[in-house]
Amino acid sequence: MLSLIVFLPIIAGLVILAVPSSQKQIIRIVSLLAALAQGVLAVLIWRGYDPSLPGITAGAGGSPLGSFQFVEKVPWISLNLGGFGSLNIEYFLGVDGISVTMVILTALVSAIGVLSSWTIQKQVKGYFILYNLLASAMMGCFVALDFFLFYVFWEIMLLPMYFLIGIWGGPNREYAAIKFFLYTLFGSVFMLLVMIGLYFSVTDPATGLHTFSLVAMATQTNFNVAGAIFAPENHLWRQIAFIVLFVGFAIKVPMFPFHTWLPDAHVEAPTPISVILAGVLLKLGTYGMIRINFPLFPEVFHASMYVIGIFGAINIIYGALCALAQKDLKKMVAYSSISHMGYVLLGLSAGNSEGMVGALYQMFNHGTITAMLFLLVGVIYDRAHTRQIDKFGGLASYMPVYAAVVTIAWFASLGLPGLSGFISEAFVFVGAFSSETTRPIAMVSVLGIVFGAAYLLWSLQRMFLGKRNDDAAYDLVTGPDGHEHIHFHDWKGKLDLDGRELAMLVPLVVITIFLGIYPMPVLGMLTSSINKLVQVLSPVVMSQM
Amino acid sequence: MFELPSGAEIQGIIASVQGSVGLFIPEIYLSALFMLLIVVDLVAKGRKNNLLAITTLLGLAGSTIFIYQQHGLPAGEIFFGMYVLDEFALFFKYFFVLSAIVAVVVTMADEQFDREVKSMGEYYALIVAMVIGMIMMASSADLIMIFLSMELVSFTGYILAGYFKRNPRSSEAALKYLVYGAVSSGLMVYGFSLIYGITAQTNIIKISLELAAHGSDSLVMILATLLVLAGFGYKIGAVPFHFWSPDVYEGSPTPVTAYLSVASKAAGFALLMRFFYVAIPHGALPPEDTLGIDWLSLLMILSVASMIYGNVVALWQKNVKRLLAYSSIAHAGYLLLGILVMDQFGTQATLFYLLSYFIMNFGAFYVVILISNKTGSENLDDYRGLGKKMPLAGAALTVFLISLVGLPPTVGFIGKLMIFSALLTKGTLYMWIALIGIMTSVISLYYYMLIPLNMYLRESKSPDEKGMNLALAPQIILAVLMMLTLYFGLFFTPLSDFAKYSSVMFGITLQ
Repeated sequence: MLSLIVFLPIIAGLVILAVPSSQKQIIRIVSLLAALAQGVLAVLIWRGYDPSLPGITAGAGGSPLGSFQFVEKVPWISLNLGGFGSLNIEYFLGVDGISVTMVILTALVSAIGVLSSWTIQKQVKGYFILYNLLASAMMGCFVALDFFLFYVFWEIMLLPMYFLIGIWGGPNREYAAIKFFLYTLFGSVFMLLVMIGLYFSVTDPATGLHTFSLVAMATQTNFNVAGAIFAPENHLWRQIAFIVLFVGFAIKVPMFPFHTWLPDAHVEAPTPISVILAGVLLKLGTYGMIRINFPLFPEVFHASMYVIGIFGAINIIYGALCALAQKDLKKMVAYSSISHMGYVLLGLSAGNSEGMVGALYQMFNHGTITAMLFLLVGVIYDRAHTRQIDKFGGLASYMPVYAAVVTIAWFASLGLPGLSGFISEAFVFVGAFSSETTRPIAMVSVLGIVFGAAYLLWSLQRMFLGKRNDDAAYDLVTGPDGHEHIHFHDWKGKLDLDGRELAMLVPLVVITIFLGIYPMPVLGMLTSSINKLVQVLSPVVMSQM
Repeated sequence: MFELPSGAEIQGIIASVQGSVGLFIPEIYLSALFMLLIVVDLVAKGRKNNLLAITTLLGLAGSTIFIYQQHGLPAGEIFFGMYVLDEFALFFKYFFVLSAIVAVVVTMADEQFDREVKSMGEYYALIVAMVIGMIMMASSADLIMIFLSMELVSFTGYILAGYFKRNPRSSEAALKYLVYGAVSSGLMVYGFSLIYGITAQTNIIKISLELAAHGSDSLVMILATLLVLAGFGYKIGAVPFHFWSPDVYEGSPTPVTAYLSVASKAAGFALLMRFFYVAIPHGALPPEDTLGIDWLSLLMILSVASMIYGNVVALWQKNVKRLLAYSSIAHAGYLLLGILVMDQFGTQATLFYLLSYFIMNFGAFYVVILISNKTGSENLDDYRGLGKKMPLAGAALTVFLISLVGLPPTVGFIGKLMIFSALLTKGTLYMWIALIGIMTSVISLYYYMLIPLNMYLRESKSPDEKGMNLALAPQIILAVLMMLTLYFGLFFTPLSDFAKYSSVMFGITLQ
């Protein structure tokens, strides 16, 4: 099942390869079908998922079965290395509470991304092949339980993303694309060294051999190779490895001061790619921390919780302040992403169940809400060909449906009670306040909510309320019925949201409202895994080693 | 004064030579092929060149049979310790024959030959001669033999580099290659003479025994090592012996560039490994002891310098062949990393990296040739918009370049993975050098991606959308090379097992 959900887009990509490039509609439909099939599988996985199983580490007897679900484990590569035994790499997939939510999110956002890609006209064939490759790699990252496999998926993501920004992006796309590529590669190559080091430091209790299995690595007693680089007594190298991994993932999050690629990438990327980037890719950073960084080096995590918290707070406040200063709507949303990912970091740094659940839930909600924000930015950009906030004004009376959706999305983003963002942020703060280490940080971070409300409400006011600005990107015309309408210069389509746009936005709106009122479908899947994770990370368990 | 050898001694010598000849069949076969090609050229003068190329291909393919037959033979010295037969040498025999085959295929695709030279004449014969030389380089166990085989490779290389006689760049390349080659082999021979002076031996195994028994003056030894390294470093194109390579790579006919950058470099590595592993360290030592060995620190400097210099200078290149030349300097640095480890895994990793480099570098040069056939240019600016005009070539080149960077799922990634794994099995000893390797590979991403950047992200300067479709044969070859790059990136066990099998060297037991 997991293999299918991972490789469906690639299969669709191969099918598209055989379709002549003039048949644009067929190419789009094939992609959409694959994305919908992925969605169906995601629903099946969601329904079949047993929330009582914790995951994170191996179950009884060191077997991942019984702890992880939908496990697929086959030996992939076994190399004889002479004196060093053998190099064993497994094709090892499985989900627990942490990844299953991300799998559902990825399937959802990928499908919406395909719909949003309908407007792409340039080199449609190449676009969808790359898009599908990207979708597969993202999904693969979330379900891979072998570090090597994870790394392969992680790196495969880079190239399609480079081209998707670089070919279909805005005017400054070359710069943005290579900046993205170099930044992320810089983070991930060091991960490669840590990965190799971990391999030689860990043995799988079931076989006694070295292993890349993240499940085996999550149990500290498996670090039992004497003299290995990341052996428990090798504190210095373990700290270095933690920092290296953390930086690699933090670049993806993106955490201050590694965030500068994100606004560039977002501003240049086409709308669907922004949706994918903000909706899924950023989560890979925090997911990597939860899956790899923290459980593998719990004692270092424990020692650095407040540092992570401080960076989270910086992200929250700095991102919000930057967003406040933006004139470009998309850049504002991009900075709001930085701010909101800060909440995830803050929740993680609390190290308790509330904070961690909040962080995971925030990842899910940020995925849906930001996808909505970027789609809405895309809607107005398609019509007006500009994203300058001061080129609009008084839109609410002319595009009421659009304005309504924007209002919901904006309010969800700022954390209005009753919408999903509120619950996750509330959990994050509950967690952060209840932990001694992060309490002062949490107090400062609360400011971020105020700034967040400020930039969101301010932009809402400037764009949708009041009257049309004098230099607005559209004209006011009086229709034959005597009412005033607005007219975008070269926009032929429907003024307000059309069917395709509604099809993308309505599911997200529904999810946002539903999960704001009744969050248990997601929280229920998370809790047992998070409790297990907190237990793995707790110093009590570590001292018993 | 001289005593004539007795009859019995002569009998013994003859018997030994006769025994050795039986273990020398691939080389004899290739020499026969070399002469046959000259004859074919004379007979078929004025007819189509393809006859020669196909004869070469068939001949080279036939040689693999004789190489294959050597697998069962016991490893050992032949011709009175001049030459060795072992798995390590066998690996390189396959490697060189295969690279010659690919070089011939690539040459057949290059239309520049039709324009620049009237007949292919001795070109193919020289390719085969170079194969013989390189095979002998990989199998030599004697200082004299090393020198002779290296000169055979160099001389054929000079002629091949200057094969476009009327093209000044090509002639310049040949001359530069010659001048640098002459100086560095002179230095190398001086180094050999010092070693001979210390040990009174020319056989490398005997040298190692002599060094182990009597030790040596470390100053003389480091000087000798440095001088010898000048010769080897020139062949592998490592900093600071790299000065010839950008000009030679840019000026030579592109198939020759590809051939030199893959095969001749690999021959240099084969020699370097055999010489330093067998002759100098007198038996494999535990890693703690080898760290102090002078040649190891020299190699370390060479490796770091090559990785940094090659990758950084490549950033400013505007010509794709020149860019690949600097990239090949950088790759010499990565290969040296594997040699530094000095154990079986390190050797295996190095051999694997050579195999991966073979596929991706030949692939990249092949695309460069196909593009230059259509556009007549190798400048980065002229690659603009080619991704749309030549979709397969563009996609293939992107895959090869990604592989050269070392990103999954390509064979280049596995090569880097093996090298770095080998370094990290030594614990934290080589951590810093692995870090340099990793950092420089990030730098390399930038310049490799300049090519796809121009091909896909920029619009062509000339808006004419005339068809640039490739013929069927190049398309198939490209697709195969691309699939191999990806396939071995996911299922690399066969290559790696072959590399492991081949990491056995006669005269030394690596841990």
